[in-house]
Amino acid sequence: MKALRNYLDKIKPNFEEGGKLHAFQSLFDGLETFAFVPRTTSRVGSVNIHDAVDSKRLISFVIIALLPALLFGMYNVGYQNALAAGQLEQATFWGMFWYGFLAVLPKIIVSYVVGLGIEFTVAQWKHEEIQEGFLASGILIPMIVPVTTPLWMLAIAVAFSVILAKEIFGGTGMNIFNPALVTRAFLFFSYPSVMTGDSTVWVNQQSILGLGFTAPEAYTAATPLGQAAADGFAGFDCQTIQNAIIGLIPGSIGETSVIAIGLGALLLLWTGVASWKIMCSVFVGGGLMGYLMQVLGLTQIEWWHHFVLGGFAFGAVFMATDPVTAARTETGKYFYGLLIGIVAVMVRVMNPGYPEGMMLAILLMNLFAPLIDYCVVERNISMRAKRAIKK
Amino acid sequence: MTKVIKLRKGLDVNLKGKPAEVIAEVKCPGEYALVPDDFTGMKPKVVVKEGDQVLVGDALFVDKLHPEVKFTSPVSGVVSLVERGDRRKVLSVRVKADGKQEAKSFFGEQSGKAERDTKQDVLALLLESGLFGFFRSRPYDVVANPEDKPKAIFVSAFNSMPLSQNFEFVLKGQEAEFQAGLSALAKLAKVHLGISAKQTSQALTNAKDCEVTVFDGPAPAGNVGVQINHVSPINKGEVVWTMGAEEVIFVGRLMKTGKLDLTRTIALAGSEVVAPKYYKMTVGQKLTTLLEGNLAKADHHQRIIDGNVMTGLKTTAEGFLGAHRTEVNVIPEGDDNAEMLGWIMPRFNEFSVSRSYCSWLFGKKKEYTLDARIKGGERHMIFSGEYDRVFPMDIFAGYLIKAIITGDIDRQEALGIYEVAPEDFAIAEFVDSSKLELQRIVREGLDILRKENA
Repeated sequence: MKALRNYLDKIKPNFEEGGKLHAFQSLFDGLETFAFVPRTTSRVGSVNIHDAVDSKRLISFVIIALLPALLFGMYNVGYQNALAAGQLEQATFWGMFWYGFLAVLPKIIVSYVVGLGIEFTVAQWKHEEIQEGFLASGILIPMIVPVTTPLWMLAIAVAFSVILAKEIFGGTGMNIFNPALVTRAFLFFSYPSVMTGDSTVWVNQQSILGLGFTAPEAYTAATPLGQAAADGFAGFDCQTIQNAIIGLIPGSIGETSVIAIGLGALLLLWTGVASWKIMCSVFVGGGLMGYLMQVLGLTQIEWWHHFVLGGFAFGAVFMATDPVTAARTETGKYFYGLLIGIVAVMVRVMNPGYPEGMMLAILLMNLFAPLIDYCVVERNISMRAKRAIKK
Repeated sequence: MTKVIKLRKGLDVNLKGKPAEVIAEVKCPGEYALVPDDFTGMKPKVVVKEGDQVLVGDALFVDKLHPEVKFTSPVSGVVSLVERGDRRKVLSVRVKADGKQEAKSFFGEQSGKAERDTKQDVLALLLESGLFGFFRSRPYDVVANPEDKPKAIFVSAFNSMPLSQNFEFVLKGQEAEFQAGLSALAKLAKVHLGISAKQTSQALTNAKDCEVTVFDGPAPAGNVGVQINHVSPINKGEVVWTMGAEEVIFVGRLMKTGKLDLTRTIALAGSEVVAPKYYKMTVGQKLTTLLEGNLAKADHHQRIIDGNVMTGLKTTAEGFLGAHRTEVNVIPEGDDNAEMLGWIMPRFNEFSVSRSYCSWLFGKKKEYTLDARIKGGERHMIFSGEYDRVFPMDIFAGYLIKAIITGDIDRQEALGIYEVAPEDFAIAEFVDSSKLELQRIVREGLDILRKENA
């Protein structure tokens, strides 16, 4: 530990202004602050002591919270593959998991390499410290795409989102839209054939490095939500719902298991990294709308089935609670979450083209979050103005 | 029945090195300094030359724009140095003490009766003696303007920040002076005294000539700004004056004896102090003799703070006690600390409001040794609602900070910048995961706003 510290101190001058490795300063900074707590002390004229928490810590906890869903997602990729090949009996737990791991890992690597590469370059160019925001986005992105998404598409989508949805606004903390969802939206609108529900995209049908199985013939597996949409939103049987809660259904890599997402949600709520106000009100909004739709006879799906199908739970826990793009006022958070739930279910039931509504609902509310906050803050302002007049 | 205001928002940080309630003596260091920067917003005009003889109460410098506002010597002796910095800015005026503490008398022939009768008399006496300079005015948190008509004077009788002075202890034996001070201030404007729910001294709970309000809650409940916001918030066009509780005792001494006496009972506290306790010190006193033998021997760097850990300025053992300071804190600097993988380690000895650390497990009793590291990199505001949890005022702190950063003056006004001072943001700056320098941002914002409105 001491040796590493001394080594870093020794090579540090090379990366500073005028050093021969100055072009890699942001990379060095990033790695140094990753290894050691920064030694900068507070300047004169500010608070002398600080809380130990920083954005690195909080974002690390988001990533930890994502791990159960990610690991289960890997297992489910293998499970679906075995199911498609009709070889479920022969498949072992570890066999399925390693298959899924090999299928998902390249996506994580591509997402991080492309995204962080751009972030490091921009940080170097703007002479800023590298920011850790993309560490969370970079792992979220592979979790919300179908397992068969080609890597080159993913790379283009990540680059598009990091540059146009984040960096041009000023980087982490300044973006209007959630970068991970912009990636997905980009894929969705640019390459609809590889992203839509009814085709063969949800299940990987080729074996990888001898693991897994190759399906004997083209196998189509729609997500339960897609199936329901095709049948005019007929309801579900018990078995489907049970599988959906466990997560053994086709879908985007990380979104299927409500139980795994729930574990992540517990960690986020306990540590206070995510706002419980947003998370809960998304479910309340979705439940209310689902109930209304059911009463009006527009759908036969039970109101709470929406929670366990598709990306609703994943979106509510990990996407809607992104603090940068969500409402920032405490009162605003209730409205923001409520409207996401309402719009998501509304899009699901009333939109004939595509069965899922969560992504679009969150992106739409990202756009409206500043307006919600504006209304809340404006109330405080008018209170102050009235107080001055009353006197 | 006194009004009790309960505050829920805020944060008490339990730090190691709280002062024991014992008063010790300090050897006179011989050199004193009055620092113009301690009196925020004032342009000094030095009225003494090096080599001049001064008594306690003789003016050292005056405000260029309001020459009647004098800043007077805390000791008798010889002016030894007028220290100037870039562009001849006056950094300090130093006085070499002669050890006699001869004080100028501000009372006339009637032994002071006439001098403290009316509002004009009291005002003139405070201006002449240099105590007026201890008034701060809001908006802007700067030295008060004697031409203003404040709607009220606010005094907070407690400091809620960690490692701060316990005013109730300091008050013991000086109750009469404190009351005399309050009564004098009451001639200028209505006086509001904010006391803590834990304070029981009769001199506070039954103080005369003022309205007492009890505040019950965590830091920064002791900040006078928070108290103003709950008792009588400042609207545009209004002015409120504030004064430190110990400075009210200065006023009381002047009213009783006609002489200036700027002796404070300051707390020397912090984890790097061997035996934290109270010391009798005079405003502007050099810190050398105070710190001698009191600092823990350590192989790491130490940070000496003129003032509180939350609001004070980093100084050295050669520094001087600031005009408004009620404590001197010493903590580890921490710049020689090589802590690994902070983003994931449990870090049991670190304090955090976030449950991603373990400090919630240990309860409120555990004392922490915190160093001066920022413990993170500066970022844009990422996480929301952090400031609001520790900001017990009816103001959207995050939005106000953004308005200041973007220089949007109309919005700053609308969001209530006139009600705040940098110190009100101290706890918010402590908990901020984006590590923004909120106090500095607010100070700069107030300065720009003041220039624009002048």
